[in-house]
Amino acid sequence: MIDLSQLKRSIAVSKKNLRIYYLKGPVLIFGIILPFFFFLAFWLGREMSHIVLGTGLIGMALWFTATSISPVITPWENRTKTLEWLISAPIGHSWILIGDILASATLGIILTIIPLSIALIILKLSIESIIILILGLIASTLCFSTIGVLMAAYPTDTPADVMMLSSIIKFPIIFVSGIFIPINKLPTWGRSISYLSPLTYFVDLLKWTFGGKKELWLTPQQDLVIITAFTIIFFALALYSHKKTLSKRL
Amino acid sequence: MNDILRAEGLSKKFNGIQAVSNVSFKVDQEEVFGFLGPNGAGKTTTVRMMTGVLEPDSGTAWINGKDIQKKPIKAKEEVGIAPEISNAYVDLTAWQNMMLMGELFGVPKEKRKKRAKQLLELFQLSDRKNTKVKGFSKGMQKRLILSMAMIKDPPILFFDEPTTGLDVQSRRLIKKRIRDLNKKGKAIFLTTHDMEVANDLCDRIAVIHNGKIVAIDTPEKLKEKIKEKRALEICFEERNPPIELENIEKVEKVEKRGDKCRIFTSDPITVLNHCLALADEKELEIVSICTLGPSLEDVFIDLTGGK
Repeated sequence: MIDLSQLKRSIAVSKKNLRIYYLKGPVLIFGIILPFFFFLAFWLGREMSHIVLGTGLIGMALWFTATSISPVITPWENRTKTLEWLISAPIGHSWILIGDILASATLGIILTIIPLSIALIILKLSIESIIILILGLIASTLCFSTIGVLMAAYPTDTPADVMMLSSIIKFPIIFVSGIFIPINKLPTWGRSISYLSPLTYFVDLLKWTFGGKKELWLTPQQDLVIITAFTIIFFALALYSHKKTLSKRL
Repeated sequence: MNDILRAEGLSKKFNGIQAVSNVSFKVDQEEVFGFLGPNGAGKTTTVRMMTGVLEPDSGTAWINGKDIQKKPIKAKEEVGIAPEISNAYVDLTAWQNMMLMGELFGVPKEKRKKRAKQLLELFQLSDRKNTKVKGFSKGMQKRLILSMAMIKDPPILFFDEPTTGLDVQSRRLIKKRIRDLNKKGKAIFLTTHDMEVANDLCDRIAVIHNGKIVAIDTPEKLKEKIKEKRALEICFEERNPPIELENIEKVEKVEKRGDKCRIFTSDPITVLNHCLALADEKELEIVSICTLGPSLEDVFIDLTGGK
């Protein structure tokens, strides 16, 4: 059973995060500006189908935006000395993290509406199943935000430290998740890594949604199940790591 | 009287160093309980364990009958906390900070609006309620943090260094508010370095040193324990009076304090009589003379091995 009173408090944390962090420099740079230019570098001067273009654009946008706020929230709270307030309030640690994930996921969804609109209006892509698309967007934004929260467990009060750590993880993932290079063209080791990336399954699901050819042998529903499983695993790891590193932060 | 807060055998180690060792005490309802100790003595670690921020290695604390280890959420709902090293959210306004705290404590919307309005008025912040906290002075931030701690109207309040670094007006206001809260039946757990504040406000005081409680008692009873710290303070018209105060019977030590001399003795009345007789004999004019008991600061220094 979901504890509704804790969920309400978690939403309060989430609202606070959105109010405070969405306009912070690292969020704007890593969440909007950087993926935009990354996409331009990917697109300009290349011949590619609208489906590959739309899939790449949406995949990259959601990946970067959903992982932009969540890694910096805890270090920022630590730096501005508000973390102890939050920890001493009657809200479970897991619900604080859920609040961080919800804020990040909300920002991810909102900002992904722009590339999604481009894909639908300018690239004129059609949708196979609106329900699968919505579920895919929600499951993936939650999953990517949870990865961000896991990164935030690194005990530092300097958000730039976590941004650097997150960049080390975020950029290579782009190259092995079927956005730039199709998975079947990756070397064996690259393919093995791609199966460990939740972005692979989101991109695969997007390709199917826009009527393209799936690269994985899975059905879209199975993609969703795998993304959800990743979310649960990352959340368990995040909760364990945050509890473990809390005393180093205070 | 019933205890509203109880610590039992709290211990915590950091990297092999014992920060807090077997700390136990009780705080009664409607009591202002002072928690004193030098820097690094284990005050903050103890408070963090009692408020569920840190998990103790052993022992536990009960807040209004709720075990902080077993029922952390229920226990945390019983307290308001104003940590010293914590800030309000500087990117939010005072009002938004109050609302956030209200939501985190599960205070219904209408009630939290009403409480926030009352508290901001009480702490003289109403006119700045829509200003972002980053524009607040230190005193205003401190007042806001105290207001935030009280949003749920909890039966017990933890105030960590509430008056440190504040101007006289803010300090007086906060001291007055603490007294008012206590009059209304709230228990206050006060951590402070300010001996004057502790002496003025606390019903009982615990002193922690090297992670262990070294004394718990009322301020006056603690002072009683170091009677030898009693003194006589005398000021002569003449700057360098031709008498050797050290040679007076029962005088233990003489210290010059500005234009006065402080004479430490366990028998101030005898020394007072000797001083008056000597002044009469040498025809010296006395500007002022008074006896002094040990201060809380003396007690603190005595208990914590300072000089």
